[in-house]
Amino acid sequence: MSSFFKNTDLDINKAEKIVSETLNKCDDGELYLEDTKSESIVLDDNKIKSSNYTKDTGYGFRAINGDVVAYSHSNEISEKSLRNSSKNLKSTLKNSEGIYNSEIKKTNQKFYNDLDPVDEKNLSDKIKILREINEYSRSINGSVKQVTANFLGERKNIEILRCGGELLKDSRPLVRINVSVMVEKNGRKETGVYGVGGRQSYDEFLKNDDWKKICDEAYRIATTNLESKASPAGEMKVVLGPGWPAILIHEAVGHGLEGDFNRKKTSVFHDLVGKKVASDGVTIIDDGTIDKRRGSLNIDDEGTPTEKTVLIENGILKNFMQDRLNARLMNTKSTGNGRRESYKHIVMPRMRNTIMLNGNNTQDEMIKSVDKGIFAVSFGGGQVDITSGKFVFSCTEAYEIINGKIGSPIKGATLIGDGPSSLKEVLMVGNDMMLDPGIGTCGKAGQGVPVGVGQPSLLIDKMTVGGTQI
Amino acid sequence: MIKDDRFLEKIADFCISKSKDLGSTGSNVLVMNTISENVNIRNKKLDGSERSENLGVTLTTYIGKKKASISSTNLSENNLIELVTRCIDSTKVTPGDEFNSLPDQELHFKGEKNLELYDNTHLSNDEKINFIKDAEEVAFSHEKIVNTNGSGFSETKSNFILANSNGFLDGYKTSQFTAYCEVVSKSNGSMERDYEYSSKRHYKDLLTPKQIGESAAKMAISKLNPKKIESNKMGIVFDKRIAQNLLSTFASAISSNTISKGTTFLKDCLDKKIFNDRINIIDKANIKKANGSRYFDSEGVGIEDLQLVKNGILNDYLVETYSGKKINRKSNGRSSGTTNLYFENGDQSFDQLINSEKKLLYINETIGRGANIITGDYSVGASGIMIENGKFTFPVSEITIAGNFNEMFKNIILADDLEFKYSTNSPTMLVNGITVGGK
Repeated sequence: MSSFFKNTDLDINKAEKIVSETLNKCDDGELYLEDTKSESIVLDDNKIKSSNYTKDTGYGFRAINGDVVAYSHSNEISEKSLRNSSKNLKSTLKNSEGIYNSEIKKTNQKFYNDLDPVDEKNLSDKIKILREINEYSRSINGSVKQVTANFLGERKNIEILRCGGELLKDSRPLVRINVSVMVEKNGRKETGVYGVGGRQSYDEFLKNDDWKKICDEAYRIATTNLESKASPAGEMKVVLGPGWPAILIHEAVGHGLEGDFNRKKTSVFHDLVGKKVASDGVTIIDDGTIDKRRGSLNIDDEGTPTEKTVLIENGILKNFMQDRLNARLMNTKSTGNGRRESYKHIVMPRMRNTIMLNGNNTQDEMIKSVDKGIFAVSFGGGQVDITSGKFVFSCTEAYEIINGKIGSPIKGATLIGDGPSSLKEVLMVGNDMMLDPGIGTCGKAGQGVPVGVGQPSLLIDKMTVGGTQI
Repeated sequence: MIKDDRFLEKIADFCISKSKDLGSTGSNVLVMNTISENVNIRNKKLDGSERSENLGVTLTTYIGKKKASISSTNLSENNLIELVTRCIDSTKVTPGDEFNSLPDQELHFKGEKNLELYDNTHLSNDEKINFIKDAEEVAFSHEKIVNTNGSGFSETKSNFILANSNGFLDGYKTSQFTAYCEVVSKSNGSMERDYEYSSKRHYKDLLTPKQIGESAAKMAISKLNPKKIESNKMGIVFDKRIAQNLLSTFASAISSNTISKGTTFLKDCLDKKIFNDRINIIDKANIKKANGSRYFDSEGVGIEDLQLVKNGILNDYLVETYSGKKINRKSNGRSSGTTNLYFENGDQSFDQLINSEKKLLYINETIGRGANIITGDYSVGASGIMIENGKFTFPVSEITIAGNFNEMFKNIILADDLEFKYSTNSPTMLVNGITVGGK
């Protein structure tokens, strides 16, 4: 049973009839229904600065013929609105003569519980904890001059109605807690930011006063940066810490392995399947099936069950990440990577949790092997140009390495590399794989979706560091 | 059809009176309707079309100094009642903040609305497709253009009503037409992309398809077979599309919000010299048909023109009601940010600028968000073209550029080629002494 047609002039049979009439001569398509409630509570400058609650309901109706996608979305769920959309789709796909692909895998897999983080904990309790976070962070040290903390919670219910009446459903919780601390000493200001999150209750992160660890970590990064000196500029060896620095993987190869760019031959990787794209020992997967992780999904936004997709195995490029459209046009199967930000957005192949698996080296060995280089522990964000393959990511905590030893912290700098060549420059893969703390959002074509990353420590032969010291 | 004022006003009135009934002492509501139609093409063929229709309400209620907000896209009466109730309940449990309030009534916008921000022109999907297909055809007439990343045309029309419990109620329609073309060039194993786009409130003001296609193609081709250069300190010439980003960073560093919290490198700089003498920065809301023009901000406050920087001296902040109170300044209508923000023209021509040193690096693309407004540190990935003796010689990529704004701002030299292409605009900009990270 669908829950979306209550209090409307539609029922599942009427809706299914419109969907089938619209799509029966198309290659693919569906009616995607979404109901999201979300909240954002922000403490800033000692005050609860905002408390926002959003409820957004709507549908996106998609018809695909060949490689042409027609999409119409609205927040009015009614027969009239749906018929208007149907008319709109048909007018784009004139004289469509496709054969509807009704094949879609079934699943009972569940990687998170059906819970509602927004309403299961009341607002006063969340505000109380935010104020405790503020007081605690300020009490760590007198140098803490500013604290910003926020709770972001969401529950998204989706239903996918396909031609012929098949109905697929998912209910997805998501929370994120962030703390940002600004410290000031001798007129110098620096910030440290840390956060946690995933597809579970706030309480999973708050129990046993665990939230104090978030504050401590934000403070530690800020204080480290107070002592930082100008970062060097130019090519050098780089050791990446485990966990969140896997933004490197996400930017350097992740985007370039998304099906759409490869079908369109605009990615540098489009003709490299079966070829060596990374050093021996480098294996990278995209996994939508890890329990309660930010990038995990029971089914993707087209209804395909998610899976663990091997992208690169021991240095060889194996697979791209696919949604239904790009898979069909490339004669392969969807890997369950079809995602969208909301009903207002079209589906694209997107990453889930992108992870480099363990190797055999230790972080110590890596640092000891470097005469001059940097050790990067924490990162802000990254970006890639998938056509030229150039990618960047910016350090928020990094140290110089001199003669095999970790030296002073250095100022945040942007690192730039070349996707297809940088993974061939991996000299050592660590044995300390870690997943990120659950705070990543990936942007593509204006759409943001929650993702995860993970990796062991890595030693890269050369990357260009964007400092000011030559 | 876009919803008319009457329809939006009715919802706004309902929310305000319902909030009052349920115990609010003040409220502010925005009701907005947006209809947008896009077409995307690839290799001169239709790739997709999209139509979106959004109607939403955002309500903020106050009980004394307590405040909370809700927003929703379901505007049925039952749902609105539920949401207003939830908003009031949240307001009650949210701790008060002495600075919370609606804006001063005397600052409410009351004036003529004659900036011509709405163009009723409607293009059918076929007309949109033809426009942008023409741009791709021009681009593909260049031999080295082998593919497209997609090109598109979108038409967006909006109408909104903003109202508050102190009697403000106003709104207006706006339109936006956008055409973009992103092409891929290839030569000797090198593949590069670049784009051109044009976005205007009036259809007739758009660049022609020929201009868009030609410009995208030329830029993508000019990037082919780039070299990496040695690390060095040198003069960087920022293309206008990058120079405007530096101006946006400046704007975020002088908002009353960051100033009041002290989280900006420009705290305590008012009336101080932060640029050299020749730099003037203006924010002007009332330019006819311009992308950044508006009558009032998201609180209903009328917008005065600001000379933010005069002869290098920081002259004003961007102020909204809440954080303005913290620093004892009245709102100047910037709760929605800047309007049409620009550097006034410099006194050199583009040619003079690129001839001012033997070697300069022209940067027309940066990647990554490398501006830290707390410390003023700047570090981004970049690509561009080497300039030697005033001539563009070879493309450069996979480098970084880095500096600190405190120093960079003092070294800015501007050309005299300002145009109003975006809502934030800069002439071509030369900054000496920037560190290039390369080989």
